[in-house]
Amino acid sequence: MIVVKELHRSFGKVKAVRGISFTAPDGKVTGLLGPNGAGKSTTLRVLYTVLKPDRGSATIDGVDVVTNGLEARRRIGALPHGSGLYPQLTARENIAYYARLCGLDESGIDDKVAGIVDLLEIGAFADRRSKGFSQGQRTKVALARSLVHDPQNIILDEPSNGLDVMATRSLRALILKLKDAGRCVLFSSHVMQEVAALCDDIVIIAAGKVAIDGSADGIRKRTGCDDLEDAFVKAIHMVDAE
Amino acid sequence: MRTLLTVFRKEVVDNFRDRRTMVSALLMGPLLGPLLFTFVINLSIERSLSNLDATMQLPVIGSERAPNLMRYLESRNIEIVAGPDDRAAAIEAVKAGTHDLVVIVAKTFGEQLAETVPARVELVSDKANTQADREARRARNALAGYGREIAATRLAARGISPQVLRPINIDEIDVSTPSGRSAILLGMMSYFFIFALLMGGMYLAIDATAGERERGSLEPLLSLPVTRDQLIYGKIAATCVFMALSLLLSLGSFFVALKFMPMQKLGMTPNFGPDILLLAFLLLSPFILPGAAIMTLVASFTKSYKEAQTWLSVVLLAPTLPILIVSILTLRPRLEFMFVPSLSQHLLLVDMIKNEPLNQLHIAISVTSTLALGAILTWACARLYRREGLLG
Repeated sequence: MIVVKELHRSFGKVKAVRGISFTAPDGKVTGLLGPNGAGKSTTLRVLYTVLKPDRGSATIDGVDVVTNGLEARRRIGALPHGSGLYPQLTARENIAYYARLCGLDESGIDDKVAGIVDLLEIGAFADRRSKGFSQGQRTKVALARSLVHDPQNIILDEPSNGLDVMATRSLRALILKLKDAGRCVLFSSHVMQEVAALCDDIVIIAAGKVAIDGSADGIRKRTGCDDLEDAFVKAIHMVDAE
Repeated sequence: MRTLLTVFRKEVVDNFRDRRTMVSALLMGPLLGPLLFTFVINLSIERSLSNLDATMQLPVIGSERAPNLMRYLESRNIEIVAGPDDRAAAIEAVKAGTHDLVVIVAKTFGEQLAETVPARVELVSDKANTQADREARRARNALAGYGREIAATRLAARGISPQVLRPINIDEIDVSTPSGRSAILLGMMSYFFIFALLMGGMYLAIDATAGERERGSLEPLLSLPVTRDQLIYGKIAATCVFMALSLLLSLGSFFVALKFMPMQKLGMTPNFGPDILLLAFLLLSPFILPGAAIMTLVASFTKSYKEAQTWLSVVLLAPTLPILIVSILTLRPRLEFMFVPSLSQHLLLVDMIKNEPLNQLHIAISVTSTLALGAILTWACARLYRREGLLG
């Protein structure tokens, strides 16, 4: 479970995040939805501990990301935006490298990697060097490598960027599989339909603030809009008006 | 420790498969350096040897006015050829480079000689041209020798011993050993080794920060449950291994290259056997740590691969600076110099080649001060790797 409370973070004069709070429970898919530059990536980067917040707190399964970053990282699998692979290593080697870094037992690594290769259906190119991979192949391998240590919490920053229809569908299936396994899945997107199709909870972020959050139905009801897209636009205008 | 080893192993495998790294680590530094060096040394040996005994052509204007002088010059292995038409043409010819030097025997030469007035001979040369300078010196020496001979004859005719013209007798005793002479030339090579060493790890150092960032693999790496210190130490360790490999290869290829240099022709016996090879490696190897750390450190400030390359080529030149200053000022090895990395390695290497006994204290200071600097730089790398700005 991921709990974010009153998070603030500025870069120089730019206030990227101005008091974001939400909870992403286990066994559910939580979507961060917002226009470009709304503060989604900054929030996620605080969660996987590469950024420190100016104010506020965030916990992963109760572990504080600021004071106990290493322990918090143990509980998450993160797919940062535009994740790259090591081009000279094969897909399998890329995944095994992360498995070792996560401290997995050496004897179990091969099986573990084989399991995740099957789960993500990347066996066809698993033994090729990742130099010539397509965007979809790269994303799948990057995802596989961040899941290899069975993290309870999964943080995905714009995972469907640059994926074709087939790849998007299989990503969606995977996210649902993780949810059914009782994991906490938190992902960001700026694509309305994707979030609507997948998420149990939606957190709409605009200009560094939470505009509105709740289930898709809840958001429709509260904004008085039947269409989720209209609700999204309305919520964002509410923040801008402040 | 396990994380460190994992990172180390991955970096080694990754870079062994990368053609660019391999070319720079195992080809550029280790092979190109000695090749270039052999070429330059051979050329300079050829030149200095040919100047000593080869017949030199000397254009002379008015040779018919001084037949005895011409005969004397010919006895000194100088071949007299017809010079330009007149003095102005001679100056033009030397300026244009068609002749390196021209000797002009004045019209009054014979008369002046007969009247025992100093007889005029002009020597036109370009002092800025070093090649011509050597020939001019040879001609001048020959002319002066002729002058001394005439002086001796004149004194003898007056019943005075020519000895009066030699109030002192200068005997030069050259104490430099043959190996010592080669050291001047081979002193240059310590820089080749340091250069090859740094080249070997350059791409790994870039990869540790700028490269990972540009590829987008840094952020996922940092989100793993490992400390950043372990990551950076593993990367620096891999960089060190490549640097050591590159150094070893360049020492080996130099050993081979030396066999193709006509050092004996110059009376030089460079001291560079397999045992010296090993000793040279041991003396130079402490420089690997500060080398790897400074390259990683500089690369971590850069925004992109290209920028890192630009800055690191400056780092490649930095170790020459102390060597250059000491060479220009021709300073003798001193205790203080052993505190300066790259310079201390250079001086120890030169001593070793000269076959002089190595000062144990100097070695101890060189090794500890170099490693201490390496440790400080490595620590600084780890500090920098912890900062947020690393992600750019």
